[in-house]
Amino acid sequence: MDRPIRVVVAKPGLDGHDRGAKVVARALRDAGMEVIYTGLRQTPEQIVETAIQEDADCVAMSILSGAHNHLFPKVVNLLKERGADDILVVGGGVIPEDDIPRLIEAGIAGIFTPGTPTSVTIDFIKNNIKRK
Amino acid sequence: MFNKEKLEQMKKAHKEWENTVTKAVAKRPERKKEFETSSGIAVKRVYTPADIENLDYERDLSNPGDYPYTRGVQPTMYRGKFWTMRQYAGFATAEESNKRYKYLLEQGQTGLSVAFDLPTQIGYDSDHALSEGEVGKVGVAIDSLKDMEILFDGIPLDKVSTSMTINAPASVLLAMYIAVAEKQGVSSDQLSGTIQNDILKEYIARGTYIFPVGPSMRLITNIFEYCSKYVPKWNTISISGYHIREAGSTAAQEVAFTLADGIAYVDAAIKAGLDVDEFGPRLSFFFNSHNEILEEVAKFRAARRLWAKIMKERFKAKDPKSMMLRFHTQTAGCTLTAQQPDNNVVRVAMQTLAAVLGGTQSLHTNSRDEALALPTEDSVRIALRTQQIVAYESGVTETVDPLAGSYYIESLTDQIEQKAVEYLNKIDELGGAAKAIEKGYIQKEIQDSAYKYQKEIEAGERIVVGVNKFQIKESAPKGLLKVDPKVGELQQKKLAELRKIRDNTKVDAALEKLENAAKGEDNLMPFILDAVKAYATLGEICGVLRKVFGEYQQSIVL
Repeated sequence: MDRPIRVVVAKPGLDGHDRGAKVVARALRDAGMEVIYTGLRQTPEQIVETAIQEDADCVAMSILSGAHNHLFPKVVNLLKERGADDILVVGGGVIPEDDIPRLIEAGIAGIFTPGTPTSVTIDFIKNNIKRK
Repeated sequence: MFNKEKLEQMKKAHKEWENTVTKAVAKRPERKKEFETSSGIAVKRVYTPADIENLDYERDLSNPGDYPYTRGVQPTMYRGKFWTMRQYAGFATAEESNKRYKYLLEQGQTGLSVAFDLPTQIGYDSDHALSEGEVGKVGVAIDSLKDMEILFDGIPLDKVSTSMTINAPASVLLAMYIAVAEKQGVSSDQLSGTIQNDILKEYIARGTYIFPVGPSMRLITNIFEYCSKYVPKWNTISISGYHIREAGSTAAQEVAFTLADGIAYVDAAIKAGLDVDEFGPRLSFFFNSHNEILEEVAKFRAARRLWAKIMKERFKAKDPKSMMLRFHTQTAGCTLTAQQPDNNVVRVAMQTLAAVLGGTQSLHTNSRDEALALPTEDSVRIALRTQQIVAYESGVTETVDPLAGSYYIESLTDQIEQKAVEYLNKIDELGGAAKAIEKGYIQKEIQDSAYKYQKEIEAGERIVVGVNKFQIKESAPKGLLKVDPKVGELQQKKLAELRKIRDNTKVDAALEKLENAAKGEDNLMPFILDAVKAYATLGEICGVLRKVFGEYQQSIVL
């Protein structure tokens, strides 16, 4: 690969808990990736727009409010509609185990719950991005 | 406090002891080369009278209930009565939450604490596009006075005290509360409770802001003024370090940034023409109780002493009540692990102990399953029982401020205060809390601490039991609370119905008056109260204010 991996770290929905998103953003940056952090209260449309504009390889989203079942798949679908489904989508936050299979099926490649070391997320992104 | 001669003798003997121990340690090293607290304060092997040789009892501690209130804001503390046990609760619809409140009151809880969903906290109705997927999730959905009437149905508002975690639209929810009370025949001067109403920490750490700083500060001072006249028993603000700590700050930063926000509110109110002793006694605080028990106890004591000095020396308050830092505590949500969740019961018990030894006025204990979902009824009961066990069985409540005089605790109390003062000076240099937030300074300091904490965990320098040590293979936890996804539809239906049956001419008139008032300089509380009583929705009221005030733009720092 001739350029660093580009990741859009995003906070979809109204949730304001961004400690996790920011810690992950810094860890990805320290791992040599280029990170764009969107800030709070992003709609799925805004996130997809940013990902396309920034020519991102990965969208990493964080939700702690319980709205993940609604918002994560929406981002995947919008990327598909825009022909950008080669962008890897991962998510994290307070996400009950029961919800994970459905999210994976909806096209979120990886779900990282509380306690996940950032190294796990970093390796996952490195090993799974589709653009080469 | 100590006999000089004896102290010198003791220092000499202690030095010899240190030399012997250092030799022994060279052969058999201690667990770590250096020990330190969360705030980066170096922890010595042992503390002696030499560490508090400058302590002056009257000046630095004094008696409980006396300035500077280091030992507590009341003379008898828990010998008089226990702290208020107040579990933060609310989810789905007003009907569901009303049931949970009644259950908690039956279980011996002594005050209510309302959690609102995110659309309510950000001033959107349940049928707003941005509310999609969020309605009823992290708290109860309140769209209008109608929902509020249901929420408190059968709960006598002259008998319970209610805390509401609401910030940007605090004035609207307070108005709804006053209106519900009125319908119950309870006048506003009988109401007791708290609104969080702390916008600065929303910009810093929690994220549910709406308006820019200026208009937000106006709404807050409007509430101070209104309540001092009509709702005198109400805590008009709960200046919160809790979320600052949850975002990753250290204990010392928690004290510093919370009190910096406090200073900004007092400044704003004085600038608006209020007398410090008119609103000062109704200011309350909200802190986090984290894992390191002794540092936490020192933190609470340091915060009390520092705020007393600030109010007396900086703001020239005269009423002792203005100088007393009264606070609510919540155990640290960020310490809960998704792994082996039952271990969280133990963490919460220790954090409860810290809050009680620190002299809290009220307490919420987290439930073991909160790293996974909203807590179930069983989990909430265990959390409440944890408080009751500390209160009734531990014995720590039988005397006031039992850790006072400990060489370590007093030394730590001093050092946390000192670190906080250094931060406050820096924030003053930057032009106050609002400016420091605008520049991203406070956020950056917190993020640096959060990142350091995470790196320590990943390097194995910081052990989290069950997460990076003592892990087991676990199956998915069963029986988590699920919010019915239909809540959104249900709220939307209720809203459509309301918009049909209410007197819309009255609503429009009230909203127009509010808009005009917002453009001027009047206190907005009476206008908001009128709009609420006409059944204008939260979204409509905040919409009018959004139009006049605009919205806050976040400064992003990484």
